[in-house]
Order: sequence, then structure tokens, then C-alpha cells
Amino acid sequence: MSSACEKCHRYTIGSFYQKGDHVMYTDKVMDHFQNPRNVGEISNADGVGEEGNARCGDIMKLWIKVENGRIIEAKFKTFGCGAAIATSSIITELVIGKTIDEAEQISNNAVAEALDGLPPVKMHCSNLAANALQKAIDDYRAKVKVS
Amino acid sequence: MDRIYLDHAATTPMRTEVLEAMIPYLTDKFGNASTIYGWGREAKKTLDDARASVANRIGADFNEIVFTGSGSESDNMAIKGIAWQYSDRGKHIITSQIEHHAVLDSVKWLEKQGFEVTYLPVDADGIISVDDFRAALRSDTIIASIMHGNNEIGTIQPIQEIGQICGEHGVLLHTDAVQTVGAMPVNVNDLNVDLLTLSAHKFYGPKGVGALYIRKGVRLAPLVHGGGQERVRRAGTENVAFIVGLAKALELAEAEREVVIPHIQRLRDVLLTGLEKIPNVKVNGCRTRRLPNNVNVCFQFIEGESLLLNLDMKGIAASSGSACTSGSLDPSHVLLALGLSHEIAHGSLRLTLGKDTQKSEIDRVLAELPPIVERLREMSPLYNR
Ligand SMILES: Cc1ncc(COP(=O)(O)O)c(C=O)c1O
Ligand code: FES
Repeated sequence: MSSACEKCHRYTIGSFYQKGDHVMYTDKVMDHFQNPRNVGEISNADGVGEEGNARCGDIMKLWIKVENGRIIEAKFKTFGCGAAIATSSIITELVIGKTIDEAEQISNNAVAEALDGLPPVKMHCSNLAANALQKAIDDYRAKVKVS
Repeated sequence: MDRIYLDHAATTPMRTEVLEAMIPYLTDKFGNASTIYGWGREAKKTLDDARASVANRIGADFNEIVFTGSGSESDNMAIKGIAWQYSDRGKHIITSQIEHHAVLDSVKWLEKQGFEVTYLPVDADGIISVDDFRAALRSDTIIASIMHGNNEIGTIQPIQEIGQICGEHGVLLHTDAVQTVGAMPVNVNDLNVDLLTLSAHKFYGPKGVGALYIRKGVRLAPLVHGGGQERVRRAGTENVAFIVGLAKALELAEAEREVVIPHIQRLRDVLLTGLEKIPNVKVNGCRTRRLPNNVNVCFQFIEGESLLLNLDMKGIAASSGSACTSGSLDPSHVLLALGLSHEIAHGSLRLTLGKDTQKSEIDRVLAELPPIVERLREMSPLYNR
């Protein structure tokens, strides 16, 4: 039922993870998975993006707070695998302090790289975060236009 | 922190008695069983004893047991071997939607060769209907392959009744008993089966060795051609040490079964009752017609891989049918066959106990799991308290 890493042919699951173990996920992924940053919701958010993953059915929701064109706060909630939670967590760190235009440049590859890489089978999980961010930005722009 | 192994449906640790029984055949007693001198005769005698012992424990005759390289090989051999052998009689095969991939992928491959396959559904409890089975029979049905105990949700299928129907209609019945051998009585005559698969590593024997029971009079085309081993049904110099290991493991499992299994079942029930106290949890599979060591539940709003990773960090080894844990990114076909949505199947957790599982381990799982589930739910956009 569980699958081996395509890169290293080792199983993560059931292997009793310890820091530095040769497992599927990098230490950075495991760090963000174990201690996710910025979990939660922003009640008066300036932009909200929700993305569902067509491949496996996972869902991420991202809230951003913007001041003078700069993201000052970001929070997320994710229903998904270890990689999905880790990419959600790190994208909040990546966007905080960036302008909307800068944040929009963040690709799913950049998210994966920020985590020191993801196993090939988990690369699609980083789309979840990148797409949710794009949607949050779109939502922010739509709101700004109206007001 | 001690590790807790609760994935005995995946594999079991080999017993030391089994290893001890195997070692001579990996060292001094290395003869090829097909040779006539002392080393060979010794190997042949050992092989004969192992075969007699395995046959005896499942109610079979000596010549009805073929040793193979795994449970998967036995499944492949049974299904492809019968299909090829009897293709002039018909081209229809019956199986179920919840079989192990060794069976499902074998029949799917045969479909490409022109065979036709009926995949029987299961009810919400994960059990096949005997009436559905009867209705699926055709005049050109040659073989049915229905598993005895399911490896994911633990359900026990009505093999006895299905076997009776097959007998009446002249259809051969194969059952994959990989999960039931050692866990409950398995007797080929009581079950009315013509072919039966077993695998040593599920009952504390070595990996990479299995057996196929083939009822006397049933012929089957071999998968492996070559030497005349296994009465020309499977070529290749016999893996004497591993076959000895299989026989020894089965002997011990059967000798202890009536004491060990009730103990496992009691602990399993403690675990299940404890898990049901967590809100929004669903038990998968039938509660009564179920393998004694199997727990399979879905936790709503969370995903299985993140659950397994968290358990792994606490030293607890378990398994999940979530899409994210499968290489194909599809949720378990067994959970989907139960009628579960993708979203619910996502939060599945399988815990399978073994003979050495302790009450203290179950207590620790019941203490560690609820906060993990709660923490993941806090993080889930689907969860509204
Ligand atoms: C029901 C069932 N059938 C077949 C197999 C395959 O057995 P093996 O691992 O020996 O190939 C397994 C175990 O993985 C199983 O659970
Ligand atoms: S989100 Fe499903 S595999 Fe990562």
C-alpha cells in the first residue's frame, strides 16, 4: 500500500524517521511537516485562494494580508500528504515580505527547491501551493479593483 | 523509545526457530535435490518432509503441493496456468474487485489475450454475495479466483459456499489464502477449493517462498519451463532452505494458533474500541467476518500519508490506502469498492497486530493517535469544529 521513493528506493513509511535518516523526504521537508509555519486562517484577509489537487484529491487554502502592495501575513490550511503540508508551510515563509508582483513569480519548482527538493512522485504536490498562491493573488487583485 | 510494529499484514518477523531450521540447508546441507548421491538424497528427503508437513496442515495430499517463489507467483501460476491449460473449454474468468494485485493484474493481462473477466462487487461491509457469484457463472467459465481473507480490510469471503457452487458447475476455484493461513483454520476440503495460495512471510516464515495447492486431477500449464522439478509444474532447483523455513513456520503457527489468535483478537478489539472513541472515524470492513488481527479505519478530514509520517515519528509502523501513499496516486481499489469517496479513503489507516503485540503497545497507540489526528485536523481546510 505504501510506495518506495523513486530516487532512493527506500521506504519512508514505517522506517521510524530520525533526523538525517536516508528517507524519501529531505530534512527540510520533514522540518516543515513537523513544525508547519503559519497554520490557520486570517479572518479579514485581503486575498484567499483555494486549490484542489486533481491528481490525488488534496486541498490547500491560503490567506494573505497585504499592506502597501506587500504581503505582510500569510496563513494556510492543507488536507494532504507530507509534501503538501511542507510546501504549504514554506510558501507562506517565501511570500511574507514580498510585493504582490514578486510573490507572483514564485513557481512550483522554486517551492520544491526551497525544501531542498521533492521526490519525483511528489512534485505535483508543489503545484498545490503555487496555484493556491496565484489564486489568492488573483482574489486580492479583484478586491482591490472593486474598492 | 521502543518501536511498535503494527503492519503484520505487510509482513511478519521471522521466528528464530525458523532461521535455525533453515541454516543447515544454507551451509553444510547444500545438495541439489535432483542428484543421486548423499547430499542430493538428504535434500530430497528434507524437501519431501516439508511437502508432507505443509500438505498435512491444509488437508492436502503430498503431490498436491507445489513450492513457489512467493504468494504472488502462486497467484499468477494458478490463474494463468489454468487459463492457458483449459482455454479450449472457455474463456471466462470470475474474480472480485477487492483481490490482491497479484490476482487482479494477472486476470487483466489475460483480458488482453482474449479472456473475459467478471469483477464481482462487494457490499458495504466488503463481502461478496454468493448470489452475485452464481449469477456471474457462464457456460464458458473456466476458473474463479476469490480471496479468502482480504489484506486491507480483513474481510473473510464465503469461500465454502462459492466452492460448492463451483463444484456443481464444473468451474475450478482458486483462493488466495495468504492472509488467512496461520490466522484461522484453512483446509482445502472444507473450503471446497481446487487451488490455494499461501506465502511464508505472512506467518513468521521467510520472504520469497510460497506454495500453491493444486487438487489432484487439475492440470495446469507451467509459468517456468526447464527441469522437471515440482513434477514439471515449476522448473528450477528447489530452494530447500526456504521451503524448510515455510514448513517450520506453518507447523509452529498451527501448533500455537488456538492460543495465540484469541489473544491477538482481544487486543485488536481493545484497539478498535479505543479508536472508535475518536470523533468522525469510520470502521472499514465487516466487524464479524474479519481477520482477527485487522483494524482498518478512516479518519475524516485528514490524509493517510501525513498520519503515517506522524506515527512513524512516534515509532509506530502502520499502513494506509490513501492516494498519496500509492505510487499511482489512486486510492486503494479495495476502499473504493466499499463505496467510499476519494476524500474518505484519503484518511484510511490499517493497523495489523501480530503474535508478539503487547497490551502496552496498544495502549501507547491509543494515547499517541488522538493528538496526531487532532493536530492534522486543525490544519485541514475541511475541518470545522
Ligand atoms: C492477499 C495477498 N495475496 C498475495 C500477496 C503476495 O504475497 P508475496 O508477498 O509472497 O508475493 C500478499 C502479500 O503481499 C497478500 O496480502
Ligand atoms: S498531496 Fe497527494 S501526494 Fe502529495
